Amino acid sequence: MKREVPLIISMAAGIFVLIGFFVPHPLVRTGYDKIQQWVIVVVAFTYVLGMANLMKLNLDQIQRRAKDWPYKIALVVACLATMAVGFQNGSHYLDDGTGFTWIYNTFYSAMSSTMFSLLAFFIASAAFRAFRVRTVEALLLAIAAFILMLGRVPIGSLIHPVLPQAADWLMEVPQNAAKRGILMGAALGVMATGFRIILGIERTYGSEGGS
Amino acid sequence: MKSAAWVLVLTLGLLPSLAPAFPLVAKDTPNDGGARISLSWTPPPKPPAEWIVYRAEPGKPFAPVDTVSGELTAFTDDHAVRNGTPYQYRLIPLPDDAALRSDVSSAATAQASWFDTGKLNVFIVTAIFLALVLYYIRQAERGKAWNFRPIAGLTAIEEAIGRSTEMGKGVLYIPGVQDIDDIQTIASMIILGNVARMTAKYDTPLNVPTPSPAVYTVADEVVKGGYSDVGRVDAYRSDMVRYITTEQFAYVAAVNGIMLRERPAANLLLGAFFAESLLLAETGHEIGAIQIAGTANVHQLPFFVVACDYTLIGEEYYAASAYLSKDARLLGSLKASDTIKIFLVITIALGCLLLTIGQRGLAEFFATQ
Repeated sequence: MKREVPLIISMAAGIFVLIGFFVPHPLVRTGYDKIQQWVIVVVAFTYVLGMANLMKLNLDQIQRRAKDWPYKIALVVACLATMAVGFQNGSHYLDDGTGFTWIYNTFYSAMSSTMFSLLAFFIASAAFRAFRVRTVEALLLAIAAFILMLGRVPIGSLIHPVLPQAADWLMEVPQNAAKRGILMGAALGVMATGFRIILGIERTYGSEGGS
Repeated sequence: MKSAAWVLVLTLGLLPSLAPAFPLVAKDTPNDGGARISLSWTPPPKPPAEWIVYRAEPGKPFAPVDTVSGELTAFTDDHAVRNGTPYQYRLIPLPDDAALRSDVSSAATAQASWFDTGKLNVFIVTAIFLALVLYYIRQAERGKAWNFRPIAGLTAIEEAIGRSTEMGKGVLYIPGVQDIDDIQTIASMIILGNVARMTAKYDTPLNVPTPSPAVYTVADEVVKGGYSDVGRVDAYRSDMVRYITTEQFAYVAAVNGIMLRERPAANLLLGAFFAESLLLAETGHEIGAIQIAGTANVHQLPFFVVACDYTLIGEEYYAASAYLSKDARLLGSLKASDTIKIFLVITIALGCLLLTIGQRGLAEFFATQ
């Protein structure tokens, strides 16, 4: 039963959503919208489980004095403090001037931007590896990147007026063709995955679960 | 009709005008859930600044429902329209000018559609695809086997787990940053089930940091189920799957920290990735882990190709479950994918040919926008 019930629910929901895509009639669409609302309710409950997992794992590591345990204290304290401030602000916790917004803008946004800015360095190191010409494919990649980069900066047109046009052609023709091919393949993959779940032949996600 | 005309005259204070009016067409808005009527008109040469849209239902006077720009030539009325009730419309210019008033439209009745004909092309392809899937599944059940080209990235998953086992290190499984309602995350959970069976079999530590509580809940069940399926439920630990955060870069910081502290031998990045793809993959490269990535997000593929040892591109990613499980029926669905792909290639080639000779019918039929 533990395996069959989730499979039946998945199949029924999958079939209903598939029908709802083609049928705009309110009799179907109302049910379709209801399922979307149920998803929100279910996801809201999973936050309780997620928070419980976060607290349990970190408090456990603090208690055991596991490696880097002081960082876990920082995480737990920051998490609880943010929640407390958010609850204190009530339903207006996202308004300007609230303590929650201050924490978000002062701490989270700054740290998030710092992480994002690291991308510039990672791109540089990855590009260095990518452009080491060892194979014919790498050579083609390097030539294409060279033309594209020169074509997209002002000095490119000064070197040769054809460079911006060549860059545009690379983006619009070979790049677009490859991208659309990948997207079409992925779309078929999405459909095949959906059918496998709806037909109940994809059961990997529905194991007995520890029974 | 007579009473309707009198109602119009009385309520708007108009006398029948000899000025030439322009026709106003009202009809049910197609392919919707009802309660909407579409109006269209060819405006006079010098349209007014605005039109007032008047509406009347049987036995009731015309009343304004909305004011629209004089430049518009169409309007959809969704102001408390009842299905099954016939409505008539008229446009009155603002400022009023008898010469610019439209005709009274013929009565239009809103009704809900049972099929969205605008999606007929999608329906046909979906129906053909479903029929092929069912056909090939049936073939597989009768013992038919097919040969598929080996996908290096999928073969490497088991090798990577084996390598981790030999090195006495763990496997880090990153399911992307999207929630469980994303099909890529669902596909990732399916692959995770296969990976969990392998790590259970080899007794390799598995670490699955998740970006959403819903993904955490599903991933935990999937991993537990994988260990149970191979009879190693005793080896399952509740800290194998952990919830990190829904915030994108906070998640990256946490996962990169896990990589640098725990130094897993294998990183499996399978799911929907965005700007964080290279941040994760480069950190994994720095620690010397064997990295296998898979995503259908085209813009992130170059980053993975550069930074990872193997990359599953688009459809390869969705085929992973069938390849890894080697279930004949799942492989049958792959055969259906390949067959529909041939159908689409032929259709595209035919469409190109027809467009070249000026026939747009096929291309327009398959247009989705």
